[in-house]
Amino acid sequence: MKAWEVVIGIETHAQLATRSKIFSGSSTAFGAAANIHANAVDIALPGVLPVLNRSAVECAIRFGLAVGASIAARSVFARKNYFYPDLPKGYQISQYELPVVVGGSLLIQVGDSEKVVALTRAHLEEDAGKSLHEGLGQHFHGRSGIDLNRAGTPLLEIVTEPDLRSAAEAVAYARALHALVRWIGICDGNMQEGSFRCDANVSVRPVGQPHFGTRREIKNLNSFRFMQQAIDYEVQWQIATLEDGGCIEQATVLFDPDSGETRAMRSKEDAHDYRYFPDPDLPPLTIDRQWVDKIRSQLPELPAAQRDRLIADYGLSAYDAKVITGSLELAAYYETAVAVAGRSNAKACANWVMGDLAARLNKENREIAESPVSAHQIGGLVARIGDGTISTNIARKVFDALWSGAGSEADEIIAREGLQQISDSGSLDTMLDELLAANAAMVAEYRAGKEKAFNALVGQAMKATRGKANPQRVSDLLRKKLD
Amino acid sequence: MIEHSLQALAQALASREISSVELTQLYLDRIARYNSQLNAYITIDADGSLAQARAADARLARGEGGPLTGIPIAHKDIFCAQGWLTTCGSKMLSNFVSPYDAAVITRFKTAAAVMLGKTNMDEFAMGSSNETSFYGPVCNPWDASCVPGGSSGGSAAAVAARLAPAATGTDTGGSIRQPAALCNLSGMKPTYGVISRYGMIAFASSLDQAGPLARSAADCAILLNAMAGFDERDSTSLDRPAEDYGRELAATTGGKPLAGLKIGLPAEFFGEGCSPVVMQLVETALGEYRKLGAETIAVSLPNMQLSVAAYYVIAPAEASSNLARFDGVRYGYRAPAYHDLTDMYCKSRAQGFGAEVKRRILIGTYVLSHGYYDAYYLQAQRIRRLIANDFARAFSQCDVIIGPTSPSTAFKLGEKAADPVQMYLSDIYTIAVNLAGLPAISIPCGFAAGLPAGLQLIGDYFSEARLLNVAHRYQQENAWHLQGPGGFT
Amino acid sequence: MSLTLEQVLRVAHLARIEVNEVEAHATLGRLNEIFTLIEEMQAIDTKGVEPMAQAQDVAQRLRADRVTESDQLAQRSAFQAIAPETEAGLYLVPKVLE
Repeated sequence: MKAWEVVIGIETHAQLATRSKIFSGSSTAFGAAANIHANAVDIALPGVLPVLNRSAVECAIRFGLAVGASIAARSVFARKNYFYPDLPKGYQISQYELPVVVGGSLLIQVGDSEKVVALTRAHLEEDAGKSLHEGLGQHFHGRSGIDLNRAGTPLLEIVTEPDLRSAAEAVAYARALHALVRWIGICDGNMQEGSFRCDANVSVRPVGQPHFGTRREIKNLNSFRFMQQAIDYEVQWQIATLEDGGCIEQATVLFDPDSGETRAMRSKEDAHDYRYFPDPDLPPLTIDRQWVDKIRSQLPELPAAQRDRLIADYGLSAYDAKVITGSLELAAYYETAVAVAGRSNAKACANWVMGDLAARLNKENREIAESPVSAHQIGGLVARIGDGTISTNIARKVFDALWSGAGSEADEIIAREGLQQISDSGSLDTMLDELLAANAAMVAEYRAGKEKAFNALVGQAMKATRGKANPQRVSDLLRKKLD
Repeated sequence: MIEHSLQALAQALASREISSVELTQLYLDRIARYNSQLNAYITIDADGSLAQARAADARLARGEGGPLTGIPIAHKDIFCAQGWLTTCGSKMLSNFVSPYDAAVITRFKTAAAVMLGKTNMDEFAMGSSNETSFYGPVCNPWDASCVPGGSSGGSAAAVAARLAPAATGTDTGGSIRQPAALCNLSGMKPTYGVISRYGMIAFASSLDQAGPLARSAADCAILLNAMAGFDERDSTSLDRPAEDYGRELAATTGGKPLAGLKIGLPAEFFGEGCSPVVMQLVETALGEYRKLGAETIAVSLPNMQLSVAAYYVIAPAEASSNLARFDGVRYGYRAPAYHDLTDMYCKSRAQGFGAEVKRRILIGTYVLSHGYYDAYYLQAQRIRRLIANDFARAFSQCDVIIGPTSPSTAFKLGEKAADPVQMYLSDIYTIAVNLAGLPAISIPCGFAAGLPAGLQLIGDYFSEARLLNVAHRYQQENAWHLQGPGGFT
Repeated sequence: MSLTLEQVLRVAHLARIEVNEVEAHATLGRLNEIFTLIEEMQAIDTKGVEPMAQAQDVAQRLRADRVTESDQLAQRSAFQAIAPETEAGLYLVPKVLE
């Protein structure tokens, strides 16, 4: 049996977070009644003309800078001509020969290894509308309904080189890209609403074969799980087909989540002659250096840079730093917590955010943005652990109280519940003397060499103080008294 | 009244010698009487026009009239006008009542001009004879057996027969200038980008430009003042300071009014291909210009003979894409019977478009299709550059280029309808101007066998005011433009 | 060069215009005459000439990212009043296959 190499390239359509459409003043809001956000330009009345949205261009520039690409000083909008009912003009305004963003790369993590994925380009284009095949409770008598609310929503199409070698790599890339576009604020990343959709070009070839195999394009993957399943199925199908002596025909396929299979699309049989030509309604887009520099100065610190800083300045492990910079929200949450707790508690903050907080969020299926415990509250809590006011065990109780809304700040809960650790030797001294007197048998066992008895005594002491005693102090004092 | 210039009409309205309602009614009556002979109008809405006239009268009564307030203007049926049937000469839009106004319509509304009706035109402006209209051909008022020219044939016939004081048109390859020449009118195509294309149904976006059709250069200046101006809804609209295009017309000049003007005569305009009678009239007009003080020099536009070929690649290419929106889904004609989506598209478009439009869509689709793009479309764009460069070189030597507008006077209805290539070649002198994006005007320069001929004046970018002045000075010394056809008294 | 009947049919399908065989033959003749005219430009050496896509050499103007529409329900009614077939605010077409 031959060994096969998988070759994958990804095209991603990221809806840009603008208020209005790319070429019209209609709202881009999701979820409105059909054709409510479809104005004269969007429904392509005779005579209407497109005018380019500045914010859409800014989003493209932000992206280009974030992936180290070059921003084209001059790029051109072209018409991609084909007939489809959700495409009102009979052409899509896109970019073809001269895109706005050229090159760039994205660093991804697959298991323990890192990989640099080269980007070919990113270009601006308009989204199409939607064809609804089953009416929302209506009967369309074997017809489709066309909703043009989405038509004209700005998209950035981001294209990779065929650099990915497995479904896992493809998913890792998609996740990293998803995090990045949200990080730099150009896309809300809402995959359910179609704000971030991927097409995967998949082919296989015998290991060592220099040229690529024939590829099939899996369209519209709108979850990472489906991407993994679809590519896994497609790869296995292609290999099985070739090993059976068949050959792969270039095709566009859809993934059916119910069957877990991919199948070729029936429509667009002549879709391959798009007759691109420069749109005569839109002069070339020119972007000067000053504009690019201004946008560069407004970019947030990028994940890779922040990760390096967390390792260097906060002493986090590479793993912790990577997890925390996995999303803009998580990173921002963490930075706020550290700002409150103090830099000396940066490591402890990471432990809390990635430990107790993450576990609890996960259990209740919540996102960091929906956390009942704010970054400020976590910071306040970690600060009290750090300065010895409470133990980690007590801190968990305080965390529970914060989670359930039983208090607004850790300090308030600690004070109200009297949870401060007892660290002063005077009061501990008296308590321990009483304890030793009452547990003479245990003291004897300890003196006979049973270390276990010592732990039991510490336990008794903690119990007597309802956990508030500083365990280290208790231990130190006990040793002093017994030894 | 029907021979009044726009300025004279404005004075008559301002002095209350006549009301806008009376003036509008006068023209509506003339249309009712004569339009059936000419077929110049597709849509008349007397009530709508008179309502606008009443509003204009109220404005005039308040002393708030402008140069066009209350004056009825006919609009080519290519301009979307809210509440008006807007057909573009096509069956495809035979039921299209526009839900919005084109920028040009809005500008005339702002000026409180009265919309007199929508004029006939070649289907989607594709034609040079007005014979491709779904609504039937238009007859030339000078000879009803002849074409009025196209594609703005209805506008030209209406103004020539005094069924409108003035009209709008559009010019993609000569569609204002050629009908102006064939109907004894003054018609101007401004610099590309001077008038907003918003709401003007696109034929070839990089070539289309609106403009006035009127009885004199002075009237054209008044219309252009109303039509021109920056529009942020059109990305190709040019953001330039507003100007008075008639500013040079009023100036009094001591001695010869055009002294120092250098007129370029391209050899390519004066070779074979032009009918000798038209050429004779052009030569005579040039003699008049010399008398006005102008100097004529020889210039060359070596690539001009390629303009028809380049145009018949670029214009159909853009049109094939521009007309893709007519698919029977959101507006316009949908075939009554079909068996699936593709069939609905194919039948709606086959039935909704006429032969010439379909022909151009097929040419355009072909030249853009895979494997042919470089040889046709890209090559045509390079030749377009060569033509624009030719003009740039010529304008470094002269101020205005003059030649014939059309190689012949009006031809017979049906004469060229069966021969597209012959029809295309009738635009040989006008097409290059659109490719370069330059302004040009056609003015009457005499008659041959009772049919008018046109003189074309081409200027450098943004030289509209000068062009209008050069035309105006000729019209002050020559009365060709004042002549009207008989039979429409 | 001259076009073939097959090319005419392919282009007509790309353009979504139904043509029957008879029409296609007639169209073929016409198109070939026109292409003979167009062929004139093939002889011209345009090496190094920058293609001219637009009449004016200007840069793209950009609009502010602002929503300009209000009363979209009335607007939709006005737009759909002239539509061939609508239901529940949707434009209806024969079933779209994927």
